[in-house]
Amino acid sequence: MQATVNDRTTELAAQFPILQREVHGKRLVYLDNAASSQKPTAVLDVMERYYRQSNANVHRGVHTLSEEATTLYEDARVRLAGFINAPSDKQIIFTRGTTEGINLVAHTWGRANLGPGDEVLITQMEHHSNIVPWQILRDQLGFTLRYIPITPLGELDLRELDVLLNARTKLLSFVHASNVLGTVNPVPQLVQAARQVGAKVLIDGAQSVPHMPIDVQELDADFFVFSSHKMCGPTGVGVLYGKRDLLEEMPPFMGGGDMIRSVTMTESRWNTLPYKFEAGTPAIAEVIGLGAAVDFLTDVGMGWIHAHEQMLTRYAYERLSQVEGLRILGPEPEKRGGLIAFTLGDIHPHDISAVLDMDGIAIRAGHHCAQPVHDCYNIAASARASFYLYNTTEDVDLLAESLEKAHKLFG
Amino acid sequence: MEALYREAILDHYKHPRRKGHLDAPDIQYHDHNPFCGDELTIELKVEDGVVVDAAFDGRGCAISQATASMIMEEIVGLSVDELKTWDKQYILDMLGIEIGPVRLKCALLSLKVLKAGLWGLEEWPE
Repeated sequence: MQATVNDRTTELAAQFPILQREVHGKRLVYLDNAASSQKPTAVLDVMERYYRQSNANVHRGVHTLSEEATTLYEDARVRLAGFINAPSDKQIIFTRGTTEGINLVAHTWGRANLGPGDEVLITQMEHHSNIVPWQILRDQLGFTLRYIPITPLGELDLRELDVLLNARTKLLSFVHASNVLGTVNPVPQLVQAARQVGAKVLIDGAQSVPHMPIDVQELDADFFVFSSHKMCGPTGVGVLYGKRDLLEEMPPFMGGGDMIRSVTMTESRWNTLPYKFEAGTPAIAEVIGLGAAVDFLTDVGMGWIHAHEQMLTRYAYERLSQVEGLRILGPEPEKRGGLIAFTLGDIHPHDISAVLDMDGIAIRAGHHCAQPVHDCYNIAASARASFYLYNTTEDVDLLAESLEKAHKLFG
Repeated sequence: MEALYREAILDHYKHPRRKGHLDAPDIQYHDHNPFCGDELTIELKVEDGVVVDAAFDGRGCAISQATASMIMEEIVGLSVDELKTWDKQYILDMLGIEIGPVRLKCALLSLKVLKAGLWGLEEWPE
């Protein structure tokens, strides 16, 4: 079983040119996928082809290039809608990434719907991108920001949920899969609880969409956001999915070209969805690249990717547990996505990462833009290995051996 | 590996010099590196423009903490005017290692804290 999986992985890895390079004379072992994934040839080629053959602005000219660019751009939107099973591609808003998606909701829906006496509920395991926009807005609008705490095992502590989520709660915004703990949160339970008090739900899918099949209708989120660059696509683009009636009601985010129906000296009228939220020339090549990434992931199979990462995570959990002084943050493998954050004795995560880098192994070190999570564990930072479809059990073995080396060096 | 974590750096990291606090410091300054959360406090006693006692406290990676320890070994007996001449290159020469752009801030945190504490220069040293 394991051998078969690794065979397929090796075949897939061959489609990622960067994985063929060496770092400090060793084969690159890329285990920083939760920060950003690598890109397959299919994505790189489609972007280059766009620039070489079809580059022009979208939704404007009637010349051939502009029509080709528009078709490529809008085809990607249709593919994205299919990928997350959105009812309509008009509900796929291209953003700059997850962060912009959350800020868009905060500045449009938030400004129109939040004020003194209202509450927004988030969790203690959020990425800064789902904390800071709400803190900024809270200071401007005067609502209350509350947090669902986490248990020592790194799961949401839902014992007080019926107090935290109440008639004043207008929005529940939470991370689908934690970028530090790996925890996959219980969406049905949370969404159902939010519905009971009439709160809207925003789900941060940055760490779930790349790694598991996603059906936004089944999840029943009001808003769902994610980034391209963590799912084999380019940087600079992401998606906001929203329920249609909400998106229709919301005021625009940024003003500019493409988002208007008509402009006079005194007033403007907004364009229809999704263009109302896409002011200015979008990241055309990147959107097209993201479309190719979705095709690639679909061909590989999201179910297979999820199963593969589960296998790797179980393997890594066991293997890393044997490293002296290593402490894993977060729940057991069955309850997490394909990443493991850890501390190693008293060694600072930067030093761990620097030692591993000399062996060609890329991991992340720091607070991973989630300081409140680390505060829970009373640590400033952690090291994190995160997997993707091209990683093998051999990568995990190399990681463990290098960690043992680091422990010896600093021990 | 040896290139970054040479013996002297590991020694300073594992056995930091002058780590702790002074009873009544004339100058005390604390700062951190927002990118990684490394923290550092430097305390000095200064008489007639000369450093007569020093201590540091902090937590962070081997590079940031070893640099602070190395600075402690050099700083006592030097005049504030001499300290003003310390720049990025001085610290890198003291460390004696090749250092990439990301870890550079780890190496320069102590100098940043020192300069901010001594004459209010709250910028990363050039």
